[in-house]
Amino acid sequence: MNYINLMRIAIRALKRNKTRTFLTMLGILIGVASVIAMLAIGQGSKASIQTQLSSMGTNMIFVMPGSMFRGGVQMGPSNMQSLKMTDLEAIEKNCPDVTMVSPEVRTSGQSIYSNKNWPTTIYGVTPQYLDIRKITIETGRIFTEREVKNSAKVCLIGKTVKDNLFANNQDPVGTVIRFKNIPFKVIGVLAEKGQSGFGQDQDDLIVAPYTTVQKRILAITWLNAIYASAASEELGSKAQTEIEQTLREQHKIKAGEEDDFTVRSQTELVNTFSSVSNVLTALLGAIAGISLLVGGIGIMNIMFVSVTERTREIGLRMSVGARSRDIMMQFLVESVLISIIGGIIGIIFGMGASALISSIMGWPVMVMPQSVVLSFVVCTFIGVFFGWYPARKAAELDPIEAIRYE
Amino acid sequence: MGKKIIEVKQVRKDYHVGEVVVHALRGINLEIEEGEFVAIMGASGSGKSTMLNILGCLDTPTSGEYYLDGTSVASMNRNQLAGIRNRKLGFVFQAYNLLPRTTALENVELPLMYNASLHSKDRKKMAIAALEAVGLADRMDHMPSQLSGGQQQRVAIARALVNNPILILADEATGNLDTRTSFEIMALFQDLNRQGKTIVFVTHEPDIANFTSRRIVFRDGLIRSEERTASVVDAREALKTIPVLNNHDAL
Ligand SMILES: Nc1ncnc2c1ncn2[C@@H]1O[C@H](COP(=O)(O)OP(=O)(O)OP(=O)(O)O)[C@@H](O)[C@H]1O
Ligand SMILES: [Mg+2]
Repeated sequence: MNYINLMRIAIRALKRNKTRTFLTMLGILIGVASVIAMLAIGQGSKASIQTQLSSMGTNMIFVMPGSMFRGGVQMGPSNMQSLKMTDLEAIEKNCPDVTMVSPEVRTSGQSIYSNKNWPTTIYGVTPQYLDIRKITIETGRIFTEREVKNSAKVCLIGKTVKDNLFANNQDPVGTVIRFKNIPFKVIGVLAEKGQSGFGQDQDDLIVAPYTTVQKRILAITWLNAIYASAASEELGSKAQTEIEQTLREQHKIKAGEEDDFTVRSQTELVNTFSSVSNVLTALLGAIAGISLLVGGIGIMNIMFVSVTERTREIGLRMSVGARSRDIMMQFLVESVLISIIGGIIGIIFGMGASALISSIMGWPVMVMPQSVVLSFVVCTFIGVFFGWYPARKAAELDPIEAIRYE
Repeated sequence: MGKKIIEVKQVRKDYHVGEVVVHALRGINLEIEEGEFVAIMGASGSGKSTMLNILGCLDTPTSGEYYLDGTSVASMNRNQLAGIRNRKLGFVFQAYNLLPRTTALENVELPLMYNASLHSKDRKKMAIAALEAVGLADRMDHMPSQLSGGQQQRVAIARALVNNPILILADEATGNLDTRTSFEIMALFQDLNRQGKTIVFVTHEPDIANFTSRRIVFRDGLIRSEERTASVVDAREALKTIPVLNNHDAL
């Protein structure tokens, strides 16, 4: 018996019980659709976090005071003041794979312009900071080295600060705002960056020379962080090691002693988030996979009913010359057809559901071609696996008993 | 003497039901020649169906020998038996056993579906020819539910004919039909027999056996008697003696 005949027989049998066929398919359909949708959500959020993180600069390396990520014990205040300008100079001098470096001194406070005020954070940095963090200027200019040296009271403001302090049509450049009651001349407006992957407003900031923030606002000598940029993404971890070594020497930390600072690279962060979202994707996929399994058991159940119901038909087919193998194939083709057709509709529904989720919930979703192919393969496998036992039962029937079956 | 189609020697068949052993056949010797029309008769439980199933390669004997068309089939496996059934035999059952919601033509095509050497065009041609032979050429696209009992049985006979078998086996093929329709079916069998088909026909009714050329009577798993019909009654002639009660298909 050839496959075209088998297919015809199977399709005819499935058509004979349309409602039942449809309900059986529904199990597989829902299973596949949820696998597709779940994986799409998982992959989508992973991809969006990754692009968000890379938009922040994949070459970026940052140094924080204290070893926050190790031991879990909160260090004393002296530890949090371990980063100095001399460290930054040492990095500039001793790290060949670091191209740019900038200090960061920050503090939160109220910004005021005429009768409006807005709580925000001021970042004290050097001009290179904008390049390292991939921030661009929309209007105006960045401050000069000279202005840094003189602790000039100049600043650039982010979009959110601009929107909250100024009227729509007003150009802030050239005006004077006050931060913690110190007057700052606005010399530029930063281009909009939107929300970060963690839901943080990246436009709610004021950028000023670090000297100004250090001396005029905070009256401190240490830095809150150092931002650096590796020559390339590939050199990221090498540059990170160079910085670590330079700082250990600077801080005179002996071998075996804990660092009093922490160096993190953006690539590292990307990897961490990737692995977190991989776990999430696997979890969602597993839950969806269980529903696929339940669908498969549904097929097996219906195939048993079908075999019992059609015992006489099986007996007749055997009496006119069907071999056990022909009967077995007939039922296998039937169960594979149910699961593949269910699977294809499920894939379509899954893609539709993904699109719907992304448009209603605003979640980033991404249907991977791999998950479509995988669903298809899994469906075929389910059809064969769960159809096997009922089909074998049919094939092993005794022709005489089968044909007399009531 | 014609060619021996069936040669059965000392065939026994035992069924084990729990502790009890049922001896359904207790040493049957039987020869049937090409072109014979044989009726197997006997009381209920005498082993007629058991014999027919063995002759039809649906079952194998517990012991003894069976040569079908010169080949020994007693020790064949399931697949080999299926092949023999497909190429050499045709069955007609009491309950017609047509596939529901499947056209007459497709029902008749069924045995050919399991013959890989045939093309679909040949299959269809052969099925149409078989339906024409039983006088149902105009009912090819009817479903079994749209056919009368007699018509359904004729579709079943067409199905038994379609693979051009050397032997047609019928187990109480007229058991579900009224007298008139039974006679019509017997007329059809007689036509086929005249065309050279060998037929073995199980029946309870002596009337029906009169249409065959030889009758074998079973009792308790043994052949009790065997005789050639002195004068075979022509079924078509016999039909004329039955009053027409309602409309039937003309033959
Ligand atoms: N599968 C089976 N298992 C056990 N015993 C069986 C089986 N098939 C038949 N028998 C027994 O074998 C004997 C012969 O049965 P068989 O069906 O051949 O009778 P039969 O002559 O065809 O009767 P009927 O005219 O009622 O159809 C009976 O006693 C029956 O009970
Ligand atoms: Mg019987």
